[in-house]
Amino acid sequence: MTRASTQPAEPVSPRLRPVAAPAVEDEPEPRGPAAETHTPPPPQPGSDADVLARAQAGDHYAFAQLYSLHKRRIYSLCLRMVGNVAEAEDLTQEAFLQLHRKIATFRGDSAFSTWLHRLAINVVLMHLRKKGLSVISLDEAMEPTPEEGPGRSFGAPDLSLAGSIDRLALERAIADLPAGYRLIFVLHDIEGYEHNEIAAMLDCSIGNSKSQLHKARLKLRDAMRTVPRREGRR
Amino acid sequence: MTQDRYNMTCEEFQAQMPELIGSGEDAGSHPHVLNCALCRALLSDLETIAEAARQLFPVEDPPDHLWDQIESAIKQEHEPSRK
Repeated sequence: MTRASTQPAEPVSPRLRPVAAPAVEDEPEPRGPAAETHTPPPPQPGSDADVLARAQAGDHYAFAQLYSLHKRRIYSLCLRMVGNVAEAEDLTQEAFLQLHRKIATFRGDSAFSTWLHRLAINVVLMHLRKKGLSVISLDEAMEPTPEEGPGRSFGAPDLSLAGSIDRLALERAIADLPAGYRLIFVLHDIEGYEHNEIAAMLDCSIGNSKSQLHKARLKLRDAMRTVPRREGRR
Repeated sequence: MTQDRYNMTCEEFQAQMPELIGSGEDAGSHPHVLNCALCRALLSDLETIAEAARQLFPVEDPPDHLWDQIESAIKQEHEPSRK
């Protein structure tokens, strides 16, 4: 399961260590040698596996159930990646249309939710590439500007975040990040992908991914330090 | 770039931060961090942001009409083309 699931995030220490690859939430339990010779039991009627199987067989009602089960997660992912409600709606629609076209090809090599999540990310990335967010622009975004050099924190007033962050203010600050920064921050820090996975998805180097994530966090830090404490609106 | 971990400037340390953090090393135990309040505060803030991000859940539901649009698009795709 990725970080954006409904499960609480597990404690990570030290907190800035790369998070684990998105875990597989519906992965079949490892089976012993004896179990390998047995045919798995059919899914229980009404279970997630049953809904999936029926949707794969073309049951429209089951597909609607899948939509209900996953719409929030996919829409939230799209919204965070693009930072725009109208685009997020279009991308969510496109992701579920692609799901409908491809669902029969799902073979269960990974969890369905992981597969769908990756499909949605690909839809968003395709969209962003069409809009012109290429690796080149990602690299350009990482070039230090005079105000973003590594030493920019020098002499900064000692206004620590004091270990607490308003969630809504953070959501808004993420939405305000430049597209390249936002993409990597969302994929790494929220969705739980590792730098090598992000580099593969975005066709950039692992170093670029690390650098861009760092700059995204610096930008968020600046944004959060200027948020009035009372602020909580979105 | 100076590689002496014990005699780094803040600029040198901060230039190495993306790699240091991204590699999973415990940046908090770096000699420069132990001796520099500024970089320690910076690291602490970045940790706070990363931690807060991990606790963000999907909070937004798409509008109700989105399913109607998806359903309509699916029907269109499956409709036999007419001449």
